[in-house]
Amino acid sequence: MIKLDSKIPEGPLAEKWSRYKTGLRLVNPANKKKIDIIVVGTGLAGAGAASALGELGYNVKVFCFQDSPRRAHSVAAQGGINAAKNYRNDNDSIYRLFHDMMKGGDYRAREANVYRASEVSNDVIDHFTAMGVPFARDYGGSLDTRSFGGVQVSRTFYAKGQTGQQCLLGTYSSLNRQIAKGTVKIFPRRDMLDIVVVEGKARGVITRNLVTGELERHSAHAVVLATGGYGTVYYLSTLGLGSNASAAWSAYRKGAVFANPSFIQIHPTSIPVLNDYQCKLTLMSESLRNDGRVWVPKEKGDKRHPNEIAEEDRDYYLERRYPAFGNLVPRDVASRAAKERCDAGYGAGDTGLSVYLDFKDAINKQGEKAIRDKYGNLFEMYEKITGVNPYKQPMRIYPAGHYTMGGLWVDYNLMTTIPGLYAIGESNFSDHGANRLGASSLMQCSGDGYFILPNTISDYLADDIRTGKIPVDQPAFEEAEKQVADRIQKIMDVGGKETASSFHKRLGKIMWDYCGMRRDAEGLKKGMELLIQLEEEFWKNICIPGTDKELNQELEKALKVADFFEVGRLMCEDALQREESCGAHFREEHQTETGEAKRNDAKFAYVAAWEYQGPKAKPILHKEALEFKYVELKERSYK
Amino acid sequence: MNFTLKIWRQKNANAKGSFQTYPLKDVSPEMSFLEMLDYLNNQLIARGNEPVTFEHDCREGICGSCGLYINGRPHGPQRSTTTCELHMRDFKDGETIVIEPWRSKAFPVIKDLIVDRSSFERIMHAGGFVNVNVGCAPESNSNPIGKLIADKVFDAAACIGCGACVAACKNSSAMLYAAAKIAQYAMIPQGKVEAKERVDKMVKQMDAEGFGFCSNTYACEFDCPKGISTDFIALMNREFFSSKACKQKHA
Ligand SMILES: Cc1cc2nc3c(=O)[nH]c(=O)nc-3n(C[C@H](O)[C@H](O)[C@H](O)COP(=O)(O)OP(=O)(O)OC[C@H]3O[C@@H](n4cnc5c(N)ncnc54)[C@H](O)[C@@H]3O)c2cc1C
Ligand code: FES
Repeated sequence: MIKLDSKIPEGPLAEKWSRYKTGLRLVNPANKKKIDIIVVGTGLAGAGAASALGELGYNVKVFCFQDSPRRAHSVAAQGGINAAKNYRNDNDSIYRLFHDMMKGGDYRAREANVYRASEVSNDVIDHFTAMGVPFARDYGGSLDTRSFGGVQVSRTFYAKGQTGQQCLLGTYSSLNRQIAKGTVKIFPRRDMLDIVVVEGKARGVITRNLVTGELERHSAHAVVLATGGYGTVYYLSTLGLGSNASAAWSAYRKGAVFANPSFIQIHPTSIPVLNDYQCKLTLMSESLRNDGRVWVPKEKGDKRHPNEIAEEDRDYYLERRYPAFGNLVPRDVASRAAKERCDAGYGAGDTGLSVYLDFKDAINKQGEKAIRDKYGNLFEMYEKITGVNPYKQPMRIYPAGHYTMGGLWVDYNLMTTIPGLYAIGESNFSDHGANRLGASSLMQCSGDGYFILPNTISDYLADDIRTGKIPVDQPAFEEAEKQVADRIQKIMDVGGKETASSFHKRLGKIMWDYCGMRRDAEGLKKGMELLIQLEEEFWKNICIPGTDKELNQELEKALKVADFFEVGRLMCEDALQREESCGAHFREEHQTETGEAKRNDAKFAYVAAWEYQGPKAKPILHKEALEFKYVELKERSYK
Repeated sequence: MNFTLKIWRQKNANAKGSFQTYPLKDVSPEMSFLEMLDYLNNQLIARGNEPVTFEHDCREGICGSCGLYINGRPHGPQRSTTTCELHMRDFKDGETIVIEPWRSKAFPVIKDLIVDRSSFERIMHAGGFVNVNVGCAPESNSNPIGKLIADKVFDAAACIGCGACVAACKNSSAMLYAAAKIAQYAMIPQGKVEAKERVDKMVKQMDAEGFGFCSNTYACEFDCPKGISTDFIALMNREFFSSKACKQKHA
């Protein structure tokens, strides 16, 4: 059985990272050339890590499933990226950013990791600026910032509503620079299907070439997963359609412990479902809540056009319930409040499953141009999708699956429980506790990739300078490849009638209904049962046209869906054991009289880390106790 | 709504492709264009046929994966719109819709509607970056950049790398794509230092990949889903010629 060791260094919080870093072993430049590193994923985390490692002189191989690294889903982030620059003189600091993240995460994250993420945030912004990322500026030429949910300072750097795109393209440019130098080799259009473990260490991956269908073996001295989030478990989500859990899941099956799988953020402001064929929900950035006011009609079932509903007939329920933070309460709070109003019958639109986000007051006060400057592209996007002009009438929004706080368990070095296997960015669990604050993921991903991992990984690789190339013709690679080939064969052989998307949609509905914004024991158990049934059906009736030796998108989808059944079950299992409400995890059984989340710190101040025991067996739960020395655990009040 | 779809089908890079016609009934006007194709694919699969292969990921107009040549226009009839942002309400009931992949020597077809855009990647490898190492960045505000310039830089940087500019151009020129990146860096102090080498290398790579020349028809700007301006091509040309002049002086 695995024993968790978080390896959090001793010493005062603010000095942990700098002291620890000094003690880490290095690999000298001549030896770096003898060391191979695999990075899977080219989002902010993966592309950042690959380029930083390439710069240091390692041989890096980097993989993504898209045709270009520039298309990783980081590209879709809209609102911004946090840093503790204190450019506004609003008394911001590294400590305050740390504190906001701890509180925002409802005290279920590690102090040391969160502090470090805050600490490197300023370097991240400087590096992006130096690479030419066009952050918004004010007239004097210095960088502009804006506010985001859950905080009272203005520390979010942005590039219109396309911050993720601009940060990713910056990171992509640094990757290209290393590709040109020959330190990094890029393998696009590859699905990573398994990790190869040799004598207890991660030594390679098995990938499928998505154009030819060939299985490939790649070896290295260490493997870094930066494969993003698995919010697509809900089918409808704000993620890209190719986003998946499979890469992380293959690591889980090989012994990497998976932490807090049920902590998934449901984002409050997505465009609601408009038709039954929809497979994707589009986010409207949280930044809109800076100027938009959220409301529903005061009268149940009031179906009047929103512009005809007078001020006094509107219920600005966030401002009413949370006067201190108003429309800028954190995401989990805003999502549940929307669901509460809609479930109670006050929702807007034909389905009653949406609330209004209204810019009328902001436009009256600041003028249409000011609003256009800030959110122009988001407004356009909204109009393209819905056919409604949000300058003229309020947007309709509803919560959607968005971000996975849970992920592969890592220690302070960002290493999983498999030696030599690292997880960075959204694919790990480490910095956001039970709820992520807006604009802190881009910050964490880039911090992990550019500034943290390159330091910690050298300490591990220092033992590998004499190892030499890892051969791919050894049994561990053969076995792993055979397992993958057998699984593909099995899925191709079913010859059923139902498509992968259809199964995915049914699976997503189970997850949304039983392991979504509100959960209870009975529902979670029911969810698990339904998942088992659906999985059985899948293996009897999945239909995949064509062959596996060619570009086959149906096969790609089916392989991802096949993993989601297990992911979903573990999410339910995790949500069931956590007999408290915290952050995005809300258990009906555990709420205050006013319907707010009720934590139980005495019993549940731990990270739930699950160890795989086989496809049907119950996984083992490990508990990493969380210690809080620098923040005081309080009821998270935004009133 | 009902449509007749004429879609380019091609088994792989080496196979010969052809148009196939598919009638499609009961399409909802709320569907996005790609959801309409999903809907078609479900029916094809149910009938035991192979679905139409097309590229997509974000489905919100930002990743640049999708890109179909629809009724003779890259990304279809709407301006400033990617294929994934198109909706069926933008088409006429009963219409015949012709769907092709990008057509360019530098973008060979991989399967059906998917093309190989790695030539775009190689243009970026040639110089689409600022040479700065992790850890040696100066404080962000030590290099002020006026808002007006910063906004222009952003406009250039908004390119999603979809390839519509090449598909729109009768010469298959990649000028707009390369120019957007070159201009983004040429306008700011961080990128100015190596602006001349950058333009030289990127233009050379563009030619090596078999992209054509620019004959100023502005079709690329017209069909660019992000409305990238051809002014950046002029800026690139200025950089390019001054780089040549500079070289001759040193020779
Ligand atoms: C719509 C939206 C808006 C957001 N807005 C913000 C925001 O404003 N601010 C903020 O801080 N955060 C935001 N987030 C969150 C943030 O964008 C993500 O958490 C972050 O970008 C994830 O980066 P990453 O590098 O971990 O993974 P990603 O960028 O998702 O990259 C994953 C990479 O892994 C590769 N990959 C995945 N699986 C495999 C596999 N099996 N085989 C091979 N390769 C694989 C992919 O090809 C890709 O390259 C937003 C998220 C969404 C969805
Ligand atoms: S699918 Fe991403 S731009 Fe169309």
